[in-house]
Amino acid sequence: MSSLRLLAVSWWLQFKMIMRSPFDGFGNVIYPLFFATTAFFVFRAGDSPRTLIYASFGAAVMGMWSSVSTSAGSAMQRERWWGTLELLVTTPRHFSLILLPTTLGLATVGIYNLAATLLWGRFLFGVHLTIEHPLLFALAVAGTVLSFAGLGFLFAVSFVRFRAAWVLGNFFEYPVWLICGFLVPLALLPGWVHPISWALAPTWGMSAIRESALGGSPLPELGACLGLGIGYVVLGVLVTDRVLRAARESGSLSLT
Amino acid sequence: MAAIEAADLRRTYKTHTGTFRRKAKEIEAVRGISFSVEPGELFGLLGPNGAGKTTTIKMLITLLIPTSGSARVLGLDVVRQAREVRRRIGYVFGGERGVYERLSGYDNLRYFAELYGVPAREQKGRIEELLELVGLKGREHERAEGYSRGMKQRLHVARGLLHDPEVLFLDEPTIGLDPVGAREVRATIASLTEAGKTVLLTTHYMFEADALCDRIAVISKGSIVAEGTPLDLKRGVAQGSVVEIEVYGVADEAVERVRALGGVVAVAIEEREQAQVLVVQTEPEVELTQAILGHLNGSDVGRISRREPTLEDAYVALVSE
Repeated sequence: MSSLRLLAVSWWLQFKMIMRSPFDGFGNVIYPLFFATTAFFVFRAGDSPRTLIYASFGAAVMGMWSSVSTSAGSAMQRERWWGTLELLVTTPRHFSLILLPTTLGLATVGIYNLAATLLWGRFLFGVHLTIEHPLLFALAVAGTVLSFAGLGFLFAVSFVRFRAAWVLGNFFEYPVWLICGFLVPLALLPGWVHPISWALAPTWGMSAIRESALGGSPLPELGACLGLGIGYVVLGVLVTDRVLRAARESGSLSLT
Repeated sequence: MAAIEAADLRRTYKTHTGTFRRKAKEIEAVRGISFSVEPGELFGLLGPNGAGKTTTIKMLITLLIPTSGSARVLGLDVVRQAREVRRRIGYVFGGERGVYERLSGYDNLRYFAELYGVPAREQKGRIEELLELVGLKGREHERAEGYSRGMKQRLHVARGLLHDPEVLFLDEPTIGLDPVGAREVRATIASLTEAGKTVLLTTHYMFEADALCDRIAVISKGSIVAEGTPLDLKRGVAQGSVVEIEVYGVADEAVERVRALGGVVAVAIEEREQAQVLVVQTEPEVELTQAILGHLNGSDVGRISRREPTLEDAYVALVSE
């Protein structure tokens, strides 16, 4: 009960901090505009209703992913800069309970990115979308957010140990756009890429969102997405103590 | 049972030099420190920057694993029983960092109250009580980014006390504060031992250690060079005397020549407004004023005075050895 309360309070405070950041706020306006523009040009090249759905939702999920991958990486570095990482480690809570709400807060901002990208597309480029199963669509988005938070959590755990690892967050941003089929169908990618795509929850989240919008059944994809998300969290929790011990041995919790 | 015990505590850091031909280098930050602090005692770890104070405190609060040696807090091993130790200690460091600037002071405390597992029904009362104690009542709902340095420091103290810890580690808590802010924080620290807390304080302000601490360990270059009550440490140099000479633009070579004079215990340069003051501690019954002036040829010399040694002189003598 106390752990659930900690998750809820931490999530809310993290979310508050993100929403109050002028820099993040600026990015939250500009990025969806960029993604909506990408979607529009891809759609114009393809010129079919299916491509429209494909590109628009792909671009919207790109925005969600970007906010998680880059922010999860920099979140730990930010805590170092603020001098709060050491304070968090000296509390008696399991460190995973502290990290998880942080990445969940970031993933929640991803929902806004998704909505903003779709709205920019509609008002700026006149891209009208119809969602066949709104309820399943909402479920697919929620499942995708949770799995993104899980993957972000796994990243953040490793970033605790290595001071410069936040750069990897940016490194993961673009390959996932491609590998997980946000912009290009998986079928067009080389065969050896497919196992990597299947191991990444964003692939299944993306697919679930598109299926629900097109009127299909997104439940198998949603199940895979959530299953992988839970897997990332379990793996992250299992390695947290080891990573933290390594950070205490190397002295990498502080900035210097 | 001692509240804090350190036995032959050592810590080395690995660092690298060079870009293409990288060489690993080991830096020994703490070199075999041993001390113990009794329950209810306010113990000071005093030393210059880079002496190993913060590294020592970080090992005791479970943030760093010692390279060798052992440490116990309330009988608990800081490496093997880290989580139990964390539950029972508080940690406060000086400076403006360590605060979530975009959150209010209240939200900062609320977050850490959750992290320390303060029961939900007790949180509000506890936070109110601490805001009152550190003098932040009425400003708690403002964002911390608008707080002065002193207010942030007092917020740190409140955070460190949220879970009513038995032992508090204060790492240079008054650094960078104006005299009024520093006095307020010192008054709060003094009240902690009255409430039965054990406090380990690191500082490089001699007067602060003198005013607050029951016992002091002077740390220099990673080792403890003296330990005792402030009175014990003063006695160590009370036999000699101190010559203070105002100088304007004294050369390093001249200072070294003074340091090399027979009968000189320690030499320090202090900046006072536009002038520098050369502070020379001498052995008992040694008159060196003329000899010192002889080595300051070429420098403008102002007022010359002679006085009894203070605790600060004891400290300078110890860390200069």
